[in-house]
Amino acid sequence: MKKIKKKNRFFCLGIESTAHTFGCSVIQFDLVKKKGKIISDLRSIYQAPDGSGIHPREASRHHLDKSPHILREVLIQANLKAKEIDLISYSAGPGLGPCLRVGAVIARALSSFYNIPLIPVNHALGHIELGMMLTECQDPLVLLVSGGHTMVLAFSNKKWRVFGETQDITIGQLLDQFGRYIGFASPCGNKIEQYANQSTKKYYNLPYIVKGNDVSFSGMLTATKKLIDNGYDIFNVCFSLQETAFAMLTEVVERALSFTEKKEVLIVGGVSANKRLSTMLKIAIKRQKATLYSCPIYYAGDNGAQIAWTAICDNISSGTTIKVQDALIKQSWRLDKVEVKWR
Amino acid sequence: MHYRIIKRGAEADVYLIPWYKTMAISKLRSPKKYRNITLDNLIRGRRTIHEATMLNDVKTTGIKTPFIYFLDLKRAEIIMEYIDGENVKNILSPEIGFEMGKYVSILHNKNIIHGDLTTSNFIKRKDDLYLIDFGLSFYSQRIEDMATDIRIIKEILSSAHIQIFYDTYKRFLKGYELTTNNNFSRILKVVKDIEARGRYARVV
Repeated sequence: MKKIKKKNRFFCLGIESTAHTFGCSVIQFDLVKKKGKIISDLRSIYQAPDGSGIHPREASRHHLDKSPHILREVLIQANLKAKEIDLISYSAGPGLGPCLRVGAVIARALSSFYNIPLIPVNHALGHIELGMMLTECQDPLVLLVSGGHTMVLAFSNKKWRVFGETQDITIGQLLDQFGRYIGFASPCGNKIEQYANQSTKKYYNLPYIVKGNDVSFSGMLTATKKLIDNGYDIFNVCFSLQETAFAMLTEVVERALSFTEKKEVLIVGGVSANKRLSTMLKIAIKRQKATLYSCPIYYAGDNGAQIAWTAICDNISSGTTIKVQDALIKQSWRLDKVEVKWR
Repeated sequence: MHYRIIKRGAEADVYLIPWYKTMAISKLRSPKKYRNITLDNLIRGRRTIHEATMLNDVKTTGIKTPFIYFLDLKRAEIIMEYIDGENVKNILSPEIGFEMGKYVSILHNKNIIHGDLTTSNFIKRKDDLYLIDFGLSFYSQRIEDMATDIRIIKEILSSAHIQIFYDTYKRFLKGYELTTNNNFSRILKVVKDIEARGRYARVV
């Protein structure tokens, strides 16, 4: 396999396919300035029918359908030919098996056909690394909130350490499963926020479960469904759900912040697009004299750039690449198992 | 009264105040602006009562906790004894871990679940170890709740104290095992179960 040529800049292609999003992106890395720049980013999101969730097989078919077009377009927008790419990266996990395999197959094919070095990336790490690159924060406490993750993390001794996480379902699952129950199409976060804003702001009591720095949402899911079954006002249920769930998250972030005494908080992942959550976090974080950084909304959800950027960090620090036959996927690849060599 | 803030915590602010002829701690759960007001009042009231009750109840087990001087439920404020010692978060060692393990098992023997076992909630004054912050505590006989307590301490040891995690956690469990009246191996098994419920967790 050829090595990355000695030159001032190189291009990395990132392929993301962990769940509902198939995305590709090219990042140009300047070896002199040590800076990356996203020069193209495209994605296509699998849309499940109203009231139902992601079907892994259907989602993977969607990815297969869309991948040739996305790949071609992302190269055109970057004004590159496939053979001019210097590094190929793909999300190897955690995620849905059938979906991950689509990304891995494309990455392996490109790598072996064009003889380009290949590198696997942990999807969750990608969220954090891209968030840090775009917001330029240095040593943050990270709140990772998405359909697949609800974690409070801080970096120490070569790994992202989990200070708190959900003990059952994630915040994204709570929002989506409740949203689907009342007939929305996932992802439902945005719609629930709209409903909450239109409510009369009457608060219904819901289970508020904080255990140390951990949270639990499954009881709240059942409780909100019951409220709907008993004919409570749907807008106010959405309001109460947001108020309770986000207050729990804000509390654990403040707890971890007070413990670690960090001065920066970074919020990443799909749910960070929610305005109510960031308003609450801002209030709590200000009390602790820290600053809130949030990933720009466009890059908050899953995307190829997070994969490409993490691959670049990995490759320039340690020259990591893998053989095509080793480019497998890991559906359960926990973030706190990844050794981060570049921090 | 002169108030000096010594800790801006996540759920309460801790002040050092003069109290008659000595110094005392005022733990004030001031309203959280980010939280819905109905929910906020409920949580602050509940935790203040819980904490005050538990600080007293725990004393019967022989575990050292601060004495309560005064309680103001309207303000959600507890005024209590000032423990002038070192925070264990800064001086943790496997030996202190051993003592912590003993403390936690004594609590669990009396069906008390602390609910927020972090190293910063232990204070060492000379030879005495104090346990504070009972805002999230409750009574339970469930193995699941005891295991949750242990998992919380494991989580904080493996994140904030990763350099000495293995030895400290081992000594913690040893201390726990020595004094526990509960089925230790079952509790450990449930700790693993809880970890396995974590997202993408694969506990071997």
